[in-house]
Amino acid sequence: MKPKVFAAFVGPSIFMMLLFIAFPLLSVFWNSFNVTQPIYETVEVESCTAGFLEQTCTTEMETRPVLNEDGEIMRQTEFVGLQTYRNVLEMDRFWEAVSSGSWTGLQNIDFWAALRFTVMFTLITLPLVVGFGIGIAMVINNASQFIRGPVIFISLLPFIITPVIGALSINWLFRGDGILTALLEWWLEQDLALFAQAWTIELLMMVYRVWHVAPFAAIIFYAGLQTVNQDSLESAVIDGASRWQRLRLIIIPHLAPLIIFVAMIHLMDAYRVFEEVVGFRAEGHVISLQWLTYDFLKPDQAGNRSISRASASAMLTMIGIAILLVPLLKRTWRDHKGTH
Amino acid sequence: MKLKTILMAGALSVAGSVAAAECAFENTTELRSLTAGFEAWKAVTDAMAECGNFEANLDQEFREKQPEAFAAEPSLYHIGGVSNSTMIPLLNAGTIRPLNDLVEKHGQHLKPNQLITVDGDIMAVAMMVNNQHLMYRTDIFEELDLEAPTTYDEYLEAAAVIEEADVVQYPLGGTFKSGWNLGEEFVNMFLAHGGTFVDDNNMPTINNEKGLASLEQLKATTEYLDPEYLASDSTYVQQQFQQGQIAMANLWASRAGAMNDPEESQVVGKVTMASAPMGPEAPVSSIWWDGIVIAANITDEEAEAAFRVAMEGMDTEMVQANPEAAVWLVDGYEPGEIAAGAAATAANGARPYPASSAMGIMHSVLGNGIAAYLNGDKDAETTLADIEAAYMTSAKEAGLID
Repeated sequence: MKPKVFAAFVGPSIFMMLLFIAFPLLSVFWNSFNVTQPIYETVEVESCTAGFLEQTCTTEMETRPVLNEDGEIMRQTEFVGLQTYRNVLEMDRFWEAVSSGSWTGLQNIDFWAALRFTVMFTLITLPLVVGFGIGIAMVINNASQFIRGPVIFISLLPFIITPVIGALSINWLFRGDGILTALLEWWLEQDLALFAQAWTIELLMMVYRVWHVAPFAAIIFYAGLQTVNQDSLESAVIDGASRWQRLRLIIIPHLAPLIIFVAMIHLMDAYRVFEEVVGFRAEGHVISLQWLTYDFLKPDQAGNRSISRASASAMLTMIGIAILLVPLLKRTWRDHKGTH
Repeated sequence: MKLKTILMAGALSVAGSVAAAECAFENTTELRSLTAGFEAWKAVTDAMAECGNFEANLDQEFREKQPEAFAAEPSLYHIGGVSNSTMIPLLNAGTIRPLNDLVEKHGQHLKPNQLITVDGDIMAVAMMVNNQHLMYRTDIFEELDLEAPTTYDEYLEAAAVIEEADVVQYPLGGTFKSGWNLGEEFVNMFLAHGGTFVDDNNMPTINNEKGLASLEQLKATTEYLDPEYLASDSTYVQQQFQQGQIAMANLWASRAGAMNDPEESQVVGKVTMASAPMGPEAPVSSIWWDGIVIAANITDEEAEAAFRVAMEGMDTEMVQANPEAAVWLVDGYEPGEIAAGAAATAANGARPYPASSAMGIMHSVLGNGIAAYLNGDKDAETTLADIEAAYMTSAKEAGLID
């Protein structure tokens, strides 16, 4: 292909990638090292507000932004280096907690509490998603041709549901005297409040995530199962291999690249756990890194928002994902080199 | 409820283009409004729509959209619905206009109490007040021979008696949802203890005796709440009331009407409204108002039309048609039993919510920081110190302090 034709083909997608991936990433990166804030002045203001029967007027010192000639708020941007990262990580409190060996001290810092949950959530759900994925795929594969369609459809249902909606449904099923809590209470014969302490919420979140993502893994593995070499399976049967041995020695090695693929996708997704926190209204007990970023970004009623800290938190999330992916990428790289 | 809101909004925007019912004048300018979506705003925007050419947007996420939408040239909306704190970003950015001339021309009937003035300029026109006040189940109180509590300590004592008698699932309801709601609970309690949140230099002033006492009172309250209280917002408490699960709550006046809604409530006529229980210095409550503002970035003609339409929406006729939708400030409103609690709370000296830029940050860090204390993860001193530290970080980033 001529370079010119090649450029014409690739150009648009490179442009799109720059516009929608590189540029936002750069702007987040830039924002995490700079702070933009309005210039404030303090003035004495008399303001009157509505009471029930009469007006209440007060005169007090009020801080308000200075407007320029066009009537827009004057802002200044300042390079602050790593200060914003320090604000998010709160390293001095971190070292204090670490040196005194205080786990609760560590868990009282937002970022580290969020990191603890996020990493735990990711690492616990990962093997469960892969395991259930393979299990469901085997069930589908072994189902008779006649009912295979409906079985695939039903097992895919959880994946089709929008994550927030799914989380809300679980919330309603278990919250207060929701149907399933009522059922559990009847069964265990004791009063339950599943959303009153952190560990039950975390458990429900993980159950929900596995329920939601396992079908995706299953459908990928099911596709992989179609290409398992039937001859090796048959010879294994003749050699007297048990079901388990066939699974461990033939099927799993065959699915290995797919398992790595599913694991990578799941790591990236699970590390950004967010819907569960919002859907379960869990922020009083458990927060995740993505929720922390969202909370920084969300304006309060007076319109303040912490864009710099949100950016720093987003960069840290990206770094976290990259670290988690290293072992898997290394393995893929090794396999890739091995084939050449 | 959500669906109903959406349907209403849809219906309103259609109605806006078709009907021109009982409006004093025919509006020929295209107008749009962005307001919150609760009952009172439905009533008001409904009445505005009668003038024609009016599109109402009822949106509970309005406060995230309003600042940007009003800063556009021209502004995307002509009329905005605000409360005392959501007016701050618009006021700071200068995207709402002074209404002095318009009030003089078309707003002579407004009561002085409705005019929200900043430095002599009328910046908003209030239509209703809202505060949290005591609601209690009369039947349960009669059965147990209890008096309506007037102080917060009596409130907790009554809760203990009700718990002992085991007549309802939980004695109390409370809007303790982590975040804004929980922040507001602390704000009410701290105001009741006579506290101020920040000083003139925007430095925090909550880590003191009053702050500690407020935290302790909140924790004492949680003993009697549904244990999942960190997720319970106003709607949740309202439903707990309606379904007869709780006996008392210090709940928003705007929710009072719902207690007697026969379609939703199983306790019609059984809930009495009274003043918010007293703290050491004031009732455990804060007074809020809701009202309208007019965008700055629109032509004077549009502004005049918008103001006239808004006045039509907030007139006596509307109030008389919807007496239970809110505690109206509008002329012609006769406070009934439903408004008794809000009125008594104001009469007992409840303080206005001290809205400001710094207070916005303070409210957020309070809302995020208190849960750890209620959960038992932190003691009260550490909680307040951490909240002040979080405030300092946020206020520095916002440029409010050096």
